[in-house]
Amino acid sequence: MKRFSLSVRSLLRKPGRTAALALLTAFLALAVFGGSVVVLSLRNGLNSLEARLGADIILVPSEAQSKVSFQNMFLQGTTGAFYMDASVLDKALEVNGVEKAAPQTFLASLKADCCSVKIQVIGIDPETDFTVQPWISRSLARELGNMDVAVGCKVEAGVGEIIRIYDQRCKVVAQLESTGTGLDTAVYCSMDTMNALLKAAEDKGVSHKIESGDQVISAVYVKVRDGYSIDTVNSQLTGRLRKVTAVRTRSMLTGVSDSLAGISRTVTALIVAVWALALVILLLAYALIIRERNREFAVLRLIGASRRMLSGMVLTESALCGLLGGLAGTGLAALALFPFAQLIESALNLPYLMPDAGTALLLAAGTVLLTVMVAALSSMAAACRLSRVDPGTALREGT
Amino acid sequence: MSLLEIRNVSKVYGELKALDNVSLRVDQGEWVAIMGPSGSGKSTMMNIIGCMDKPTSGEVLLDGVDISKESSKRLTDIRRDKIGLIFQQFHMVNYLTAAENVMVSQYYHSLPDEEEALEALGRVGLRERARHLPSQLSGGEQQRVCVARALINHPELILADEPTGNLDEANENIVLDLFAQLHREGTTLIVVTHDPEVAEAAQRTIVLEHGKVAREIINEHFGQ
Repeated sequence: MKRFSLSVRSLLRKPGRTAALALLTAFLALAVFGGSVVVLSLRNGLNSLEARLGADIILVPSEAQSKVSFQNMFLQGTTGAFYMDASVLDKALEVNGVEKAAPQTFLASLKADCCSVKIQVIGIDPETDFTVQPWISRSLARELGNMDVAVGCKVEAGVGEIIRIYDQRCKVVAQLESTGTGLDTAVYCSMDTMNALLKAAEDKGVSHKIESGDQVISAVYVKVRDGYSIDTVNSQLTGRLRKVTAVRTRSMLTGVSDSLAGISRTVTALIVAVWALALVILLLAYALIIRERNREFAVLRLIGASRRMLSGMVLTESALCGLLGGLAGTGLAALALFPFAQLIESALNLPYLMPDAGTALLLAAGTVLLTVMVAALSSMAAACRLSRVDPGTALREGT
Repeated sequence: MSLLEIRNVSKVYGELKALDNVSLRVDQGEWVAIMGPSGSGKSTMMNIIGCMDKPTSGEVLLDGVDISKESSKRLTDIRRDKIGLIFQQFHMVNYLTAAENVMVSQYYHSLPDEEEALEALGRVGLRERARHLPSQLSGGEQQRVCVARALINHPELILADEPTGNLDEANENIVLDLFAQLHREGTTLIVVTHDPEVAEAAQRTIVLEHGKVAREIINEHFGQ
């Protein structure tokens, strides 16, 4: 019989007490792991959105801002279409400080017989694109061919399947990784394919071109050269390009970032509150439990246990309760968060990208370790008091 | 040869003198009863001999070591190695079975050995109750488990505080028979009691009154 097994026997044969202590520590673990995963997922989502947008400035037709909310397009996958002359791209490239510029053309498909699903179709130039192409390259070793499409992870069409957009048959050749944003519901194609789709849309009576001429684009994504001020380049672009608005990506994401900071603060405050409350309850619980077990510890002292051995026994028991509660709380949080990530994303209305398995496991291990440490620490004060008790007196008082 | 020698021991609690210049000697293998009314100093004497308390003055030599000068940690070691304690209230660990209650004493002393613990329970007639929890045992059975726990590490001294105080006559006789058996095997026994019948079972009775040794009675019929 080792001390460890004595602790285990004490825990197993007092299941009510063990369950109550484990439940308290489970709350701690649930709050820490659950809160951390939510905050991390929101940060991941914002980082992913920033990476996917990949540009410092986005040029769009001036009337676009009144037509559609860019934030909704990127976060919720709201469809929208607006056009400007393709010459905007060349003019932007002439501006001092512009390192790269890549066009994108948007087309909203219809929820009608002509189309498999209502989605945002985005045409890119694979040769110059620096925003979406790197993501496509991870799933597809070649460029997008004619009538090929790459679909976001939430589009219900697998690789090899055919989807119809304005009665045009498009072959899905790649499915992109999750970004946790509205971009996961978009479909990407080459500019040639986009032109074919625009024509088909016109044939269906859905006219997008308006007065923009034959070659149209919806947006130009601009990367500013190192050493140049984004604001300065932004001003130059605005001054040079008529009927075009230059939107700073950072300012577009400010609202998202602010919401995320707000949620992070709330979650952190909740975690701190739960911890403070649970810690006080744990300290009280251990003080009461040790008091209740005074006689038992006095007996153990009289049959030869040293003060150190008894303190070790109390710490082992509390650490085991912490481990049990930590595993249960972390497990419960994982069960509540991971299968319902999509629901949480919809409820929060913010980019939300769950951490990968490795990070989640590390976070879970850290949470369990922290819970074990807190459980052991909260029993330490009671264990110290216990070691000061005179066993003879404790037995006399207990009888 | 003496196992225990108490020299001019006094114990004072504030204004109260619980023990007043007490001296006595207990030889190895002897069975001694300490008697006296409430407040006579019996429990104080038991606590000092059992390394649970220290005298205010005087010397207490246990197997040649003056335990009145030892540190608390050292007293724990001495108690674990040399003394087997038996209490009136049994004081079993309530979540451990009878066998485990015996083994826990082995654990703190050396190494737990279940077979040895079962043998000890067999000696007190409880081998078949080894897997029972204290709540499933009668008072007499619990006290017998405590006797098994006290003797499992082969202590030089068994110190019992009112060991039959909570037992019926049948169980009292069983416990006294066990003491007699231990005495025959050479174990030293000091039994604190207020029961004259229990005291009469011992070789010698020391009567305490008002913290002093009032008299000593040699049991001339001992062993008959």
